[in-house]
Amino acid sequence: MSGTTGAAAAGYEAVIGIECHVELKTQTKMFCGCLNEFGGEPNTKVCPVCLGLPGALPVPNLRAIEHMIRSGLAFEAAIPAFSKFDRKNYFYPDMPKDYQISQYDMPLTQGGVVRYWLEDGTIKECRLVRIHLEEDTGKSTHAGSGDGRIAGSAYSLVDFNRAGVPLMECVSEPDIRSAEEAVAFLEALKRTFVQLGVSDVKMEEGSLRCDANVSIRPIGAHELGTKTEIKNMNSFRSVQRAIDSEIARQVALVTSGGRVIQETRGWDEVHATTHSMRSKEEAHDYRYFPDPDLPPLEVSENTVGWLRVELPESVIRRFTRYTGEYGLNVQQATQLIDNPSLAEYFDACVALSENPAQSVNFVLGDLSRLANETGVAIYASPVVPKHVAELIALLDGKTINSKIAKDLLERMWSGGGSPKAIVEREGLAQTSDPGAVAKFVDQVLAANGDAVAQYRAGKTNVLGFLVGQVMKASGGKADPALVQTMMTQRLA
Amino acid sequence: MNTRLPHGSIPILSSEKIDVRYVAKLARIALTDDEVERFGTQLADLLTHVDALAQLDIASVSATAQVIESRNVLRDDLPRPGLDRDVVLAQAPASQGGFFRVPRIIAVKGEAS
Repeated sequence: MSGTTGAAAAGYEAVIGIECHVELKTQTKMFCGCLNEFGGEPNTKVCPVCLGLPGALPVPNLRAIEHMIRSGLAFEAAIPAFSKFDRKNYFYPDMPKDYQISQYDMPLTQGGVVRYWLEDGTIKECRLVRIHLEEDTGKSTHAGSGDGRIAGSAYSLVDFNRAGVPLMECVSEPDIRSAEEAVAFLEALKRTFVQLGVSDVKMEEGSLRCDANVSIRPIGAHELGTKTEIKNMNSFRSVQRAIDSEIARQVALVTSGGRVIQETRGWDEVHATTHSMRSKEEAHDYRYFPDPDLPPLEVSENTVGWLRVELPESVIRRFTRYTGEYGLNVQQATQLIDNPSLAEYFDACVALSENPAQSVNFVLGDLSRLANETGVAIYASPVVPKHVAELIALLDGKTINSKIAKDLLERMWSGGGSPKAIVEREGLAQTSDPGAVAKFVDQVLAANGDAVAQYRAGKTNVLGFLVGQVMKASGGKADPALVQTMMTQRLA
Repeated sequence: MNTRLPHGSIPILSSEKIDVRYVAKLARIALTDDEVERFGTQLADLLTHVDALAQLDIASVSATAQVIESRNVLRDDLPRPGLDRDVVLAQAPASQGGFFRVPRIIAVKGEAS
């Protein structure tokens, strides 16, 4: 039973807000020209700026700022005309300046809403508080304890390759009500960021990291309960499990007379439970102040206008177009959206064929299979959308049947070109002439006396076999529907 | 528009007695009792000075988020050579296998991203 289901049974609902950090995809870091690349030998992508050496001056990366504005616009956020960078002060060895450049009260984007869908196709909304820009920290490894954990480690090893990588922090309102919704919300963020090309959004490489604020309240209540902040969730699956586990913990606590205390809890994948991470009780006091090294940002309406015009169709609009206008199911729509080049190919096929149902069958069916078998992407194959549309027209016009269509696709894949030309050249057009089909039917009936006798004795499932024989005899060209009708009539 | 702030906001400074030990702790500065006394007085004087602003009519002055005059000093997203690792690590008190080696971290990381 999921945490939410259990909570509902006990009369509670969960209230969840997400904070996630997303590394921006740029060539270089946020404030210096060092490469922004995952991995590599430690401390090989560093300079005086990202090492926090005295006197080094940061200069913001224009591309990262554009990424931020586009991300905000994709979620209908407001882009204020004035924005600035602030210093967030705290000490940690993976942050060489002893402050992190971030944005405090004037972030680049404010508000906005993320629309996402659940597996059953239900569309949900989660408002955003803000998306702000900051720099990533370095990475520390805790050595000497044998398992890389802090506890028991003798010293720490620090790599600053990641220090200064542009990072956007997205903070949601507490509009999410279940672990399933939280994952669907994150998937929607991911799809949009990938589509915009602003991030790779790979949780396994740490380019997406997320925390969840979880509380429960009696169903129908409006006030928020005391929340806990869940950290250490390293995959979408662990987000789901961690939130479910935390909801269940809070419900068990409250229904047995206890109360939730505000704290940070770490998700433990191995034991499938959250545990308190309290190690210091002092309140956070980051003493934010405007960074005197960084002039403020002014974003003109003109710039925002251009970036808005250039935005691609939003992910949720594409979803509603696919499921609403085109009648695709949720799984088909999701599969296409998660593969933007496939979605574009599909759109091109639909534009030319005006037949979304058949287009999706080919794109997600035979063409995807051929792509898997040959290791060539569909859009890079010799099969162009125009030929797919021709193939669909041949099918729709009953010039060919689906079996021939399948064969044609294989030949188109290996460079056969226009299916219409192949059909004409090789006489593959379907035989719908009753006289010709009747000849094949009679042949097959004559040659399969046993099957006919079985059919008449009540074993009607031999009909499939007989139809198959006719198709074979006709070289696959007979109209299967006509064969079926004729055969049934003859056998009656 | 209502922009909620990240937590860790600065408490509004007033002429109330400032907690010098707390400020010193945040800044990782060790102070003697004498210094706590002396700096406490000095900081209180500073805050009193700032409080004089409350006496002025600032209705016509717009809020200043930044005192720097320039705007949008940005760079293109182009790589530039950095520092050689050997040079970098030679400046560090300790290194190991290409990493900076630092004392054991005891406290769990707070809000680092």
